[in-house]
Amino acid sequence: MFFQLLVSGFSFGSLYALVALAMVIIYKTSEVPNFGQGEMAMLSTFVAYTLLVTHNNSFVLSFVGSLFFAAILGVFLEFVFLRRAKDPNILSLILITLGFQMILYGLASWKWGAEQRDLPFPVSDFDVINLGPAVLSYLNIATLLITLVLMLILFLFFKYTKVGIAMKATQQNAMAARINGIRTNRILSITWAMSSVIGAVAGILLAPIATLDPNLMLEPLLKGFSAAVLGGMTTLVGAALGGYILGIIENLFGGYVSLEFKSIVAFGIIVLVLCFKPSGLFAKHYVRKV
Amino acid sequence: MKRDYYEDIQLLDSKVLWFWFLMLIAALIVFPFLAPNYYVYMANYMAIHVIVTVGLNILVGYTGQISLGHAGFFAIGAYGSVILMNVLHLPFLLAILLAAFISAFFGFILGLPALRLEGPYLAIATLGFGMAITQVIGRWQVFGGRMGLETPSLKIFSYVLNSDRQLYFLIVTIAFFMVLAARNLMKTRVGRAFIAIRDSDIAAETMGVNLTFYKTLAFAVSAFYAGIAGGLMAFLLGFINPSTFNFILSIYFLAFVIVGGLGSIFGSIMGGVVMTWLMLTLDKVQELPYLGSILIMFSERWMNITGLPNIASIIFGLIIILLVVFEPLGLYGFWIRTKIYWKTWPF
Repeated sequence: MFFQLLVSGFSFGSLYALVALAMVIIYKTSEVPNFGQGEMAMLSTFVAYTLLVTHNNSFVLSFVGSLFFAAILGVFLEFVFLRRAKDPNILSLILITLGFQMILYGLASWKWGAEQRDLPFPVSDFDVINLGPAVLSYLNIATLLITLVLMLILFLFFKYTKVGIAMKATQQNAMAARINGIRTNRILSITWAMSSVIGAVAGILLAPIATLDPNLMLEPLLKGFSAAVLGGMTTLVGAALGGYILGIIENLFGGYVSLEFKSIVAFGIIVLVLCFKPSGLFAKHYVRKV
Repeated sequence: MKRDYYEDIQLLDSKVLWFWFLMLIAALIVFPFLAPNYYVYMANYMAIHVIVTVGLNILVGYTGQISLGHAGFFAIGAYGSVILMNVLHLPFLLAILLAAFISAFFGFILGLPALRLEGPYLAIATLGFGMAITQVIGRWQVFGGRMGLETPSLKIFSYVLNSDRQLYFLIVTIAFFMVLAARNLMKTRVGRAFIAIRDSDIAAETMGVNLTFYKTLAFAVSAFYAGIAGGLMAFLLGFINPSTFNFILSIYFLAFVIVGGLGSIFGSIMGGVVMTWLMLTLDKVQELPYLGSILIMFSERWMNITGLPNIASIIFGLIIILLVVFEPLGLYGFWIRTKIYWKTWPF
């Protein structure tokens, strides 16, 4: 029982970790907590659905197409709305992303209604393998693997590629990066595209477990955000770990204490952790100067 | 030119303002006798939203904290007053007051983590609070679960209020006094402390403002306003269920504040009124002349006809973004600019 809960918590946690990573990547470069992340992923998942079911394309093509769409959507939102804000403060940035959330949610519900759909996924949720005392479905395994691969790619990207290093430089000091010849605006666009793609992967992996409707990403977004806050909004590793921790704790709580209040426990943890470590578990706390 | 402190804290500082103030009261009294029923209902809706908006503005616009969980306080007020009336058989005015104090108490609790959090961290903590309240209400049988609760009949002393017109006098009177109270509060020591905290909390603390006290107080006051409004909303709708108080509602409340203008009571009134009108109108967007039929054609061709009311969400989102980018002071900013334009007209 315990092991089973742990393993499935791990699988859910990896989805939260993906969403958390997507948020943190944006937060680090532009200091925006992107509340539109979830709806961006949801819309991309719907694009995958349309390509796959309505237009009868192969899964790989739809998957790639939807990721492509996600990248363009990210760049579009950043370029059209966020860049127009003149020296914005944190409240107006949050509000702009909340505006994205409302627009995208409205668009998706207008186009696809509240009807619940199933995204056919090539990996089954019902075929299982036994792993000692625990049972893992193929979908769980696929989720875990894809997440790990994505994280590895991200790690290599930030460590070895030129764009990744430029991104890190922009995160540390945008002005200095600009002086050194990095096009920080372009870096910002790339960041949004990347984050949007990661979110879309999370959405597509989530869709077969949940049902595909405009509310698909509402809770995962909040959980992913909570995970990012739990681990610390400024560290990629911390955010990913926060996702796993949150997934596991939540699942254990659901198994042993109360299934009904499972989804509340995340917020309880967040508030508690933030009371003791205001910058999250793994991030360094900077005291603001006047 | 102000010469002493008492002139500074006066409610209305000129004869012109007194005149318009009295006109406003007269108009509010006459309105329900002249307007058709639907507009009275709309006015009730507006008055309730004005209460929430003013309360949220005290927190967001004056104290500089953010709250994405005000639907939670709204829900506490609504459920609190209905349950206190159903279970303990309290009279309405006592029940709604008590429910608002319960809501204020929760606001105080939420204010405690807010002492150490800011920006996105505070946003997620308040958001989590709002979600948690809705979830608890939805799962707990005392609160009627997902099915919701019917409101009992509304009696004040021995008058039974059941039509929108009768409710109007109750709701608008309460809204009127709460707005006045907020305006007065902002002119006192407490209000100035809030503003000092918004401008720089560290500087405020060095000047001797007790941060712990005033930040939690701001949350409590704001939650109190939301609680009262929630209680009134329960009786306006006649029926409450958890999905009424979702995350989107919290964003809507924030949108009212932004559209009206941060840090302005008058702006909040405008924001609450205009956005409520927009909200109720867009709910039935297909019935609008011309625009409605074009939208229906467009939906049938490209979109989905059942999802048409969701267009409200798109428009609200666009309004929020455009206002934040181009007019951060909201409608109040427009108002100030028009006033200056006419005052200095030929120039």
